[in-house]
Amino acid sequence: MSHAPTGTLEIRTSPHVLSGYSVDTIMFNVVLALLPASAFAVWAFGWTALLTLATAVAACLATERVAGRLSGGGSTLADGSAAIAGLLYGLTLPPGLPLWMVAVGGVFGLGVGKALFGGLGMNPFNPALVGRAFVQAAFPVPMTTWVPAFAPERFAALPPSTLTPPFTAPVYDAVTGATPLALWKFERVTVSASDAAMGFIAGSTGETCAVLILLGGAYLVARNMMSWRIPVAIFASVALLSGALHALGPDVCPPPLFMLFSGGLALGAVFMATDMVSSPMTGRACVAYGVVIGVLTVVIRVWGGLPEGVMYAILFGNALTPHLDRWLQPRVYGTRAEAGS
Amino acid sequence: MSDESVPTPGTDEFVKGLWRENPVFVQVLGMCPALAVSNTARNALAMGLATLFVLVGSNLVVSSLRHFVPRQVRIATYILVIATFVTVVDYAIQAISLDLHKALGAFISLIVVNCLILGRAEAFASRNHVGTALLDALGMGTGFVLALLSLGAVREILGSGSLFGVPLFHEGFQGWVVMILPAGGFFTLAGWLLLFNWLRERRATRLAALEPVGATGGGR
Repeated sequence: MSHAPTGTLEIRTSPHVLSGYSVDTIMFNVVLALLPASAFAVWAFGWTALLTLATAVAACLATERVAGRLSGGGSTLADGSAAIAGLLYGLTLPPGLPLWMVAVGGVFGLGVGKALFGGLGMNPFNPALVGRAFVQAAFPVPMTTWVPAFAPERFAALPPSTLTPPFTAPVYDAVTGATPLALWKFERVTVSASDAAMGFIAGSTGETCAVLILLGGAYLVARNMMSWRIPVAIFASVALLSGALHALGPDVCPPPLFMLFSGGLALGAVFMATDMVSSPMTGRACVAYGVVIGVLTVVIRVWGGLPEGVMYAILFGNALTPHLDRWLQPRVYGTRAEAGS
Repeated sequence: MSDESVPTPGTDEFVKGLWRENPVFVQVLGMCPALAVSNTARNALAMGLATLFVLVGSNLVVSSLRHFVPRQVRIATYILVIATFVTVVDYAIQAISLDLHKALGAFISLIVVNCLILGRAEAFASRNHVGTALLDALGMGTGFVLALLSLGAVREILGSGSLFGVPLFHEGFQGWVVMILPAGGFFTLAGWLLLFNWLRERRATRLAALEPVGATGGGR
């Protein structure tokens, strides 16, 4: 904007302080932060992981394009938000999931989770998780069948389930593994926390290597593009609660380190819960939001019917977000806190 | 007045319930059975026909009693009339098919409090002749049957790959479990509402676009 001529008073509405970041710079950096985890996913699970991620991104981009056409709002592909949603959605899916199911969830997540609410910035729930929740509810069996990591022929052949024709139930070969959380839930077996942290376990495409996910998160926090309060609050509440429960007895709850590094907690806490649109704005609300998600995750994992609960915990946190923002508004500068509040 | 596109008042009482004032897709009434038992086309059809029967019966009785029922107790009277017909339906379905009765469960008895039926009794039957009330009930009831069928058909086709229990697809069809679950009812209803609202809006826009041309043409 050009400077006003001297002698006149320039009046503008807020915001007055700009970070210099636009939507597409942030989205580009999120992609950068997700690259290590995505690359590890392809290395661990082979071509099927690459195809899953590509299909998820393509489905989300196509949906965004069609939704933009239908609403007459023009193309919003360039800001990268749809591609990020697609990548994140793909990372939460089990490798070997039939590609047509991947596409169904992507279309649903972006179409119902985002476009119907008004597009970027309007969605109350994380679109990637909306898509995954739909696929989880629609196809529960394929969504809980896990291809083992580091299978020897992962770059030579695709699992037979990946290329299942649309509307057909997938056929799996005999070698399917269980995730560490499912092992604990149904057989009370724990894998070592270091294996879980380094990603030498079965699991969803991008959730297995917690270390690389944390690395990506640290990069975003360092660039000031992500609220550090949310993941820290989630990790802290999960560690404290599962530590307390573990102290009651090893059969009640697995050790805290295992809880932190297994399942989708790292991916969810770092990249899903921190989605700028569906997470709270104020600092205190972010902490409360993180604690709600962390506690719910432990509760679902320990007492729920499913082995993993991060997705539902985050969606529930998303639903609470507007209320948390209202209840935990910061004190207006220069005013006193009211007595009793 | 002789324009063929303008229906006679009698026909209109029947036709309005099918599309223009469809109880489910336009008035959004009777959501409880529409969402709860539309998981298969058979259940949806049975529930729709049961509701149609109760609606016709209660509209007839309420309309013929409209001069004798005191205003203060009219709702209680309507409920009594409706409950009578619901009991008839309840026993009839038990006699026809016990399986169906189990599938529909409590939702048969809940027809008593279906706001569609009470709404037609209060808003229409109690103010109109028996003949008009009958046409209104038939139209609204048929509209309800069609709406439930379109919900049930979509949910059954996607959820179990069949229609009225007849498999539609090849062996190994992957059912969308969510469509049979309650969440699927909401998704399907939302999808139909979206489609119909979009169609209606498009029609309104086209009519609005035509109007100024017609108005100026008529003025000159």
